[in-house]
Amino acid sequence: MSVLHQFRDSTRAQAIIERIRGRNTGDISIMEFCGGHTVAIFRSGIRTVMPEHVHMLSGPGCPVCVTSNGDLDRAVALAKTPGVILTTYGDMLRVPGSRESLMQVRAQGYQVEIVYSTLDALKLAAAHPDREVVFFAIGFETTAPAAAAAVLQAQAKGVRNFSICSVMKLTIPGAKALLAMGEVKVDGVIGPGHVSSIIGSDAWRFLPEEYEIPVAISGFEPLDLLAATDAIMQMHEEKRPALVNSYSRVVRPEGNRKAWGAVERVFSLAEASWRGFGSIPESGLVLREEFSDFNADLRFDVTVEDSAEHPACRCGEVLRGVLTPPECSVFGTACTPESPLGPCMVSSEGSCAAYYHYQRQMA
Amino acid sequence: MCLAVPAKVLELRDDNMALVDISGTQREISLMVLDGDAAPGDFVLIHVGYAIEKIDEEEAARTLATFEELSMLDEQLPEGEDPLA
Repeated sequence: MSVLHQFRDSTRAQAIIERIRGRNTGDISIMEFCGGHTVAIFRSGIRTVMPEHVHMLSGPGCPVCVTSNGDLDRAVALAKTPGVILTTYGDMLRVPGSRESLMQVRAQGYQVEIVYSTLDALKLAAAHPDREVVFFAIGFETTAPAAAAAVLQAQAKGVRNFSICSVMKLTIPGAKALLAMGEVKVDGVIGPGHVSSIIGSDAWRFLPEEYEIPVAISGFEPLDLLAATDAIMQMHEEKRPALVNSYSRVVRPEGNRKAWGAVERVFSLAEASWRGFGSIPESGLVLREEFSDFNADLRFDVTVEDSAEHPACRCGEVLRGVLTPPECSVFGTACTPESPLGPCMVSSEGSCAAYYHYQRQMA
Repeated sequence: MCLAVPAKVLELRDDNMALVDISGTQREISLMVLDGDAAPGDFVLIHVGYAIEKIDEEEAARTLATFEELSMLDEQLPEGEDPLA
């Protein structure tokens, strides 16, 4: 697949960088809404080659990070429920909840398993018919089809000891909430590539049409991100905000209707709690009533009280783009990847972890 | 979290599963939410054990070609066209 490796080609990258440097945009703030982009931008060194007037901001694009402590505390309580095996994706385990992390719960002898896929959670349920396998589902639109598919498969195969605790969220209501707050100037948006592969690039048309903000859907290779940045700068310069899809090898205007159809069949929209934002209406995915048998929140009587963030952690402000990680007083001192106070330092795609691993070395 | 990796389909299996090659590692993944068919030799994007999209190699080559001279915008929005029309 040599053509895909060419998206890292340095000669082409240099040509786009030159074009970016020649653009007369003045101060411009460009935000990405995808944790994968946050990491890719740091790792590829794109921040280091941008002119000073180009500000790269990270939005609420890390699903682990936007999960509220209230929701995490619920997962902790589920994990401590007799007979339950709690499964979830890797990064979630080390996030400190109000009182403890899932990792600490596991250390107390409860069974918490990291799964790579919902398929693994289903296999675990088949292998342990005497236990209840609960999948703590985090993630955005990219990840939701895998959760929907697991529920549909469990239903089709009559798997009765599998259920889901869904705290999955939608990126567009999150983006709209951020813009409505008006705390941060956003002149352009790098649209999330894999979220868009599911919901389609057209889903982002509201940005130019309602907010006059240019948006470029991007892949994750250096050339993708540079080309998207350049397109945003050109649209800003020419004052013609529009939607550009620079990831057309994967993203179609209408998205993956089969995948999204499965999500819509299994889940409905509900208010969801976001770290840093509070409740956002119709921004979360909950199981429809007809799938109540697979709804862990209904199957287990779990109550969570007095959820709280660590008083020194400012992840909420980092997620809203109003604070850069080095501006947080505990960044790199009391809060490090080895001993994190909040999720943005835990998750491999959290902004604090990205700054810690890449930017700190340059300072 | 929304990380997805390209993989080459090696073999179709029962139950809507497929054996794929991800950078030299073989893995069984699900085709359940893939829109359309995949055949051995196709490249697909894998996210948490599911193929979510096929990768269009021709489209990839076209995108690369636009990097040579034009910007993405020049390619997608011809001069003078009202972008919001």
